[in-house]
Amino acid sequence: MSEPLLSVRDPLLSVRDLRVSYQVGRNFVHAVDGASFDIPRGSITGLVGESGCGKTTIARALTRVIAENAAITGGQILFDGKDLAKIPEKEMNALRWRDIAFIPQSAMNSLDPVYTVEYQLDEVLRRRGGLNRKQSRARSEELFEMVGIDANRLNDYPHQFSGGMRQRVAIALALALDPKLIIADEPVTALDVIVQRQILDQLKELQTRLGVSVILVTHDISVVAYICDRTVVMYAGKVAESGTMQAALTAPSHPYTMGLRNAFPDLQGAASGILTPIEGAPPNLASPPAGCRFKPRCPFALDICGTEPPVIEVAPDHPVLCHRAHESAALRIESAKTETWMAPA
Amino acid sequence: MNPATEKTVTKKPAVLVSVFDAKLHYAVGGAFAAMRGKSTVVKAVDGVSFDIRRGESVGLLGESGCGKTSMGRLLLKLEEKTGGTIHFDGEEIGAVRGSGLKKFRSKAQLIFQNPFDAINPRFTIRRTLSEPLENAAIPRREREGRIITALELVKLPEPAQFLDRYPHQLSGGQLQRVVMARALILQPEFVVADEPVSMLDVSVRAGVLNVFRDVRDRLGLTAIYISHDLALVRYVCERTIVMYLGRIMEDGPTEDIVREPLHPYTKALVAAVPVPNPDQSHDPLPIGRGAPDPRNPPSGCVFRDRCPAAHARCASEIPLPKPVGTRTVACHLY
Amino acid sequence: MPEIAAPAIIKPRRPHILARMFRALRLPMNDPFAVAGLLIYLVFIVVAVFADQIATHDPTEILYTPAYDLAADLRPGEDGFIMGTTSLGRDIFSQLVYGSRSALLIGITAAFMVALIGSVIGLVAGYFGRWVDAILMRLADIAFGIPFLPFVIVLAAFLKPSIWNVVIAMALVLWRDTARVIRSQVLTLRTRGYVEAARVAGSSDFKIILRHIAPNILPLSFLYGSIAIGWAILTEASISFLGFGDPNSISWGYMLQDAFASQALAKQAYYWFVPPGICIILVVSAGFFITRGYENILFPKLSR
Repeated sequence: MSEPLLSVRDPLLSVRDLRVSYQVGRNFVHAVDGASFDIPRGSITGLVGESGCGKTTIARALTRVIAENAAITGGQILFDGKDLAKIPEKEMNALRWRDIAFIPQSAMNSLDPVYTVEYQLDEVLRRRGGLNRKQSRARSEELFEMVGIDANRLNDYPHQFSGGMRQRVAIALALALDPKLIIADEPVTALDVIVQRQILDQLKELQTRLGVSVILVTHDISVVAYICDRTVVMYAGKVAESGTMQAALTAPSHPYTMGLRNAFPDLQGAASGILTPIEGAPPNLASPPAGCRFKPRCPFALDICGTEPPVIEVAPDHPVLCHRAHESAALRIESAKTETWMAPA
Repeated sequence: MNPATEKTVTKKPAVLVSVFDAKLHYAVGGAFAAMRGKSTVVKAVDGVSFDIRRGESVGLLGESGCGKTSMGRLLLKLEEKTGGTIHFDGEEIGAVRGSGLKKFRSKAQLIFQNPFDAINPRFTIRRTLSEPLENAAIPRREREGRIITALELVKLPEPAQFLDRYPHQLSGGQLQRVVMARALILQPEFVVADEPVSMLDVSVRAGVLNVFRDVRDRLGLTAIYISHDLALVRYVCERTIVMYLGRIMEDGPTEDIVREPLHPYTKALVAAVPVPNPDQSHDPLPIGRGAPDPRNPPSGCVFRDRCPAAHARCASEIPLPKPVGTRTVACHLY
Repeated sequence: MPEIAAPAIIKPRRPHILARMFRALRLPMNDPFAVAGLLIYLVFIVVAVFADQIATHDPTEILYTPAYDLAADLRPGEDGFIMGTTSLGRDIFSQLVYGSRSALLIGITAAFMVALIGSVIGLVAGYFGRWVDAILMRLADIAFGIPFLPFVIVLAAFLKPSIWNVVIAMALVLWRDTARVIRSQVLTLRTRGYVEAARVAGSSDFKIILRHIAPNILPLSFLYGSIAIGWAILTEASISFLGFGDPNSISWGYMLQDAFASQALAKQAYYWFVPPGICIILVVSAGFFITRGYENILFPKLSR
C-alpha cells in the first residue's frame, strides 16, 4: 500500500500502516489492517466506525494494552520520537498514564468498589506520580474541581456516584499525571443524552484549558460533530478516510461516510426526511472480501474495486481509501438520493 | 387486508389503550426494613394517564430510570400495576387470566431491545417463529406459510433460506427483523417497541426503522416506541410522551415538541440531542447537574432540583397535567 | 447479503430425539480426564451388567476346597480362587464383581434422584419466585442443617437395613445442593429476552420451563448428578463399614467391613481389602473426573 500523503505538521502521534491481528483458533483476524493517521497537538480526534471495525483495537494498540491473543504485526506508532510499536515493555509502561492515558470502555464500571475514590486517585498520584500524601490530596481536590465534582465527595465509594459522575471520576483519573494524550473508548455511550452532553462539554473545556490531545473512540458521528476537530473513519479494519471534522461531515468522500450521513436521524433536519440504511452488514474480518472491503455494500462499486484501493488525497489533509475518490464530488450528489442505496451493485 | 380492517375500525371505539393513574411501586430494602417501616418505595411509574387512539404511534421518551420501560411492560401485562387502571380495547387488563390472557397476548406484542438475547440461541428461526403460532393453535400445515409471509413483511430477502438457521448465523439487523416478524406473526393490533435499534450498528438502524414504519402503516398498527433518543422517536411517531421519574412531563405532537418544547425538562432534553452537523449550538444545557434518583425523588415536582425555573410552589405542590395548546404539560409555569 | 455466503438450501433432517438428548447432555469429550472417567464407568457398567457371567462363584455361598475343607482365608490363586477367599470361605473375586453391581445401582439411582428432585425444585423455585421460592429455599436451608451420615444411620435404624436407605437419604438430603445452584441459574435465565419473548408469544409457564429453561440447566443437573454418584458409593461404603449396611447384599463397603471384622490386616490379607478399596476410589474419582469435564464446559473461565 502506498504511503498516505498526510499533511499534519509536527503531529503528536503518527500511526503508519499499523497492523493488529487476533488469533482465533487456527485463524488470524486482521482487526486493524494497515491504518495510517496523524494526531495533531491540542486536538480532539474522533475515531469512528461500527462495531468490529477495529477502532477499539487501535485505541488499545496505541498503549499496547491488547488482548492476550492479539499482537501488533506491523507498522509504526510514532510518539515523541519513539516508535511505541517497538520500544521495550518497561519503557512503554513508563509512558502509560504519564504521557498517554487510556480510559477503557465502561471505565465508570471499572472503579474498584471496595476503595474510596480518593484512595484510587492517591494510588496513581503517589505510586506513579511520586507525590507525597499532602501533594496527592491537593492534586485530588484539584482534579475533582476540574471535572466538576465537589471535593468533599472524594471520600465516597464508587457506588455512591451516578453513572455520569463515575465517568467524570474516570476522566479525573486519566488526567491525574498530566498526560499529553488521552484515549477515551466510547466515554459517553452508556449515558443518557443530557449527561452525555454535559460530559462532552466538560471534556472539551478541559482539553482546551490543558492543551492535551484526545482520541475519542465512538460509533456516533453526532458525538464527533459536536466535539471533535478531526476524524478518522474506519471500516472493516482500514481507515476509509480521515481529515478535519468539517471535511468529513460536509464533504464526505468515501461512500461509506456518505452512507453513514444518510443513516442518521437529524433533529435539525426536515421532519419528512427519510433515513437510508446501508444494505448488508460489515464483513467478517476472518475472511474479508478481496479489494475494497466496502465493495459488497457500495452503490458505486466498479470492477476495479475488486483490487486493493489506493489512498487518494482529495484535498489537502483529506486522504480517502477509494478507487473513485477523485469523483467524490459527483458521488456525493448521487449519495444524497435514497434510490442510490436501494440496490447495491 | 386493508379495506377489511378499515371497515371494522370505524365501528370500534377510537381509543385502543386507555391508561388512568397507573402506578408501579415496589419496595426495596428487604423484609426487616419493611417491618420497621424503613423500606424505600421506588415509584417506577407514578400516576400516569394517557389514551392511545387506534392507529396512533406514540413515543415514550425519557432518560434511564424515568419509567418508560416499566410503563411499556405494564401495557403488555408483563408487570402487574400496583394502582390505577389500564384498559385495552375496552377491557381492564388487570383481571385478565387464562384464555383471555392468551387472546390479549395475541393482540398486544413486544419488539425487544436486544435481538441477540431475544431469540433462544438453541432454536432455529423456524422454531422461534412457530412458537406463537403453536400457542394460537394455528394448524401445523399453515404455519410455514405464515412464517414466510411474516419474514417477507419485515423485508428479509429470500426468507426460506433463513428458516433452518440459528440466531448466531444472522447479523444484528436480520435478527431484529426476525424479532419483529415474531411480534407480527399473529397480526396484533398493538405493538410496543422498546429501543429496537439501540443494539444495532448505525449503518443498519435506518433499515430496521424503515421496516417498522412500513409495517405499522400497512397493518394499521397502534404502536408505542420507547426510546431515549428524540431524533429516533421523531422519525417513527407523530406523538410523544416525555417521562421523568415515573411521571409524564409533557405529551403532544412530536413536531411541536421538537420545535418548541414547553416543559423545562423537555427543553433540556431537546437541546441535548446530538446532531450530526458541524454547525450546532454549544450553549450549556438549561438543566442542573446530577442525575435523577428514583429512590429519593424531590417533593412536589420531581424535576425541581434540576430545573432552572423552579420556585417555591414547585416544592410544595405536585404540578398536574394541564392542556396547553396542542399539548398537555405538567408544570407550574403553565 | 454479503456477510453470510448463503449455502445452497439444505434442509437438514431433524436428528433423532435420542441423538438430540445425547447432544443436550454435552458429554465432555474434549477433556482427557473426563474421557478416562467415562471409560472407567464403562468398564464397571459392563462388569455390573455381566456379573453373572464374569463371577466364578456365588458371592454369598460358603465354599469348600476340592479336599472338602472350608475354603477360608485362601490366598489368591490357591485352589483356583482368583483373588482368594474370605474367612467365611467366600470368593473375593466374585464379591468384587457383584459389588460393582450394587455400587453402580446405588450410585446411579441416587444420582438420578438427586438430579431429578434438585432440578425440579430448583426450576420451580427459580422460575416462579416469590413465596414458592421462599418456601422451597427454606426447606433447602433445613436440609443443609441435617448431618448426612448420622441421618442415614438413623434412617437405617427406623427402616430395615437396606442399600436403598442410602438412596432415600440422599434423595431426602442432597437435593439441596443441586436445587440451590439450579435455582440461581434459572434466576438469570428467567431474565433473558427469549424467555420473556416466549411469555409474550403466549407460551404457558410449563412450556417455557420445559423448552427454554430446562435445556440450559441440563448439563448442570448432570454435573450434580455425577457428583452424587461418588457421594452415594462412598456413603454406602461408610454405612456398611460401620455395620449399618444390608448384610444380605454384597457391596464393596460390606467387603471392607467383613475384612476389618475378620482382622484381615493382621492376617496380611491385602488381597481382601485392597481391591474393594481401589474399586471405590476408581469409581468415585471417575465421577469427579467427569464432573471436571462438565465444569470446563459450564465455567470455561475456571480452566484458565
